[in-house]
Amino acid sequence: MTPAIQVRQVHKRYGSVHALAGVDLEVRQGEFFALLGPNGAGKTTLINTLAGLARADGGSLRVMGHDVVSGYREARRNLGVVPQELVFDPFFSVRETLRIQSGYFGLRRNDAWIDEVMERLDLTSRAGFNMRALSGGMKRRVLVAQALVHKPPVIVLDEPTAGVDVELRQALWNFVKQLNADGHTIVLTTHYLDEAEMLCQRVAMLKQGRVVALDTTQNLVRSVSGRQVRLRLAPDALPPLLEPIRLGSENGTHLLSLADYPELERVMAALREAGSRVLEMEIVQPDLEDVFVQIMRRE
Amino acid sequence: MDGFRTLLFKELLRFWKVSFQTVLAPLLTALLYLLIFSHVLEEHVQPYPGVSYTAFLIPGLAMMSMLQNSFANSSSSLIQSKITGNIVFMLLPPLSHAEIFLAYALASVVRGATVGIGVIAVTAGFIELPVKFPLWVLAFALFGSAILGSLGIIAGIWAEKFDQLAAFQNFIIMPLTFLSGVFYSIHSLPPFWQALSHVNPFFYMIDGFRYGFFGASDVAPHLSLAIVGGSFLALSFLTLWLLGTGYKLRQ
Ligand SMILES: Nc1ncnc2c1ncn2[C@@H]1O[C@H](COP(=O)(O)OP(=O)(O)O)[C@@H](O)[C@H]1O
Ligand SMILES: [Mg+2]
Repeated sequence: MTPAIQVRQVHKRYGSVHALAGVDLEVRQGEFFALLGPNGAGKTTLINTLAGLARADGGSLRVMGHDVVSGYREARRNLGVVPQELVFDPFFSVRETLRIQSGYFGLRRNDAWIDEVMERLDLTSRAGFNMRALSGGMKRRVLVAQALVHKPPVIVLDEPTAGVDVELRQALWNFVKQLNADGHTIVLTTHYLDEAEMLCQRVAMLKQGRVVALDTTQNLVRSVSGRQVRLRLAPDALPPLLEPIRLGSENGTHLLSLADYPELERVMAALREAGSRVLEMEIVQPDLEDVFVQIMRRE
Repeated sequence: MDGFRTLLFKELLRFWKVSFQTVLAPLLTALLYLLIFSHVLEEHVQPYPGVSYTAFLIPGLAMMSMLQNSFANSSSSLIQSKITGNIVFMLLPPLSHAEIFLAYALASVVRGATVGIGVIAVTAGFIELPVKFPLWVLAFALFGSAILGSLGIIAGIWAEKFDQLAAFQNFIIMPLTFLSGVFYSIHSLPPFWQALSHVNPFFYMIDGFRYGFFGASDVAPHLSLAIVGGSFLALSFLTLWLLGTGYKLRQ
């Protein structure tokens, strides 16, 4: 099957800044994909080159098999982008904004779909409002709606939840999950790594214009070295043999670091030998944030 | 062509929603010029035999208003979109350079024509204006506004701030319009200024436009049409090429 997004050896320079330094990436159709990285890593630049807002200096990008330069019409028809900046046209109402956006894609009788998108994003009551009169959260929803007017199979959201309240964030993710369930490919960037971990099947991490990690969320989390185990013992004291791996103790529980799972057996053996009984045990899983921190530190 | 129609519609809606500033204000300005200049000069100047100064002035003012408003339409729309960032809404869809060019240029022509027709319609109540060759009037109105619409696109793409656009307007567009013979026949100028006027393309727009009304002009109307039409073609290609390179629009 044609990949939803295919990025090959893409370079982009802004003066002396090498914003994209040979990016290779493939997103399969139907995936929920996260593009992560610290500020300035090149996420927005990558999205811009994909959307034709910026031109790559080298390499190629395809959306649903269409080259974004030579086949720009088809590529753009297949792509919906929610930009990072909260932009709007102050001359128009919400409905006018969506109708105009739809018309740009050649869809002139699209009111049924526009109504549905507004309904699902809770915008219906604001349809006649001028864009200027909307709160930031509402403007964000209109941006999402604008990206969807042409029902693109591939949807890219650039930090859609930055500066957005919890309620809208929840609503937005539910909506995006629904879109994914309906078959849309979703690519998002976010600083909330817990969200990315919860939503996305695969993750690419960017640093200084390079992909430094690309795998399933599960594999990435598994790959991180250093799990932890939390123990409550009777008697309370930790056997001296385990002191070297102790990370801390509080309220009668001890936190130990494990290099890997087999080390747990050695911990249990040491406890048995010392005559300690395990009252409670909890294995603390690393999360995507740990992976992120570790990878960014390593590279 | 549906994307083009929508962009045209959006551009028309944009200026129509603020028609107080975009149509009525320039109309008022033109009428004030007419009032003052015709009052002061009517007795002293007769540019062509049998044509009063006020009658002579009206087509010039109409054309000047058309040119200025055509320029203002595309340039202000583009710079506003660039500065607020909403230009992405036009850059993300599959619109071609030609569609973008045609929509902005045509919207400029419509705004220019609306103001131009307004000037002539309002003054028609005060003075009888002959229209000897309506097709010439139409041709020069169309080419003139299209040229300024294209210049507005170029300026809007090039400028990054409002004051850069204002500089373009104040140092290029305004001098060229004021020194084009709106208020006088260039035959009344000293030879040096006459010669200089002949390298100003705006002069040919006004002179040719006026020919359509009075059947009299400073230079042959065919020459004016050739120069104006040629300028339009050259500017169209330049604008299309600029849009094609993505200069200052697609980084
Ligand atoms: N238009 C631009 N002009 C100059 N430099 C830019 C431009 N856009 C991005 N950059 C630079 O490119 C790098 C990547 O930026 P960006 O893609 O916005 O990162 P991210 O979205 O991951 O935070 C940064 O160093 C940024 O300063
Ligand atoms: Mg960014």
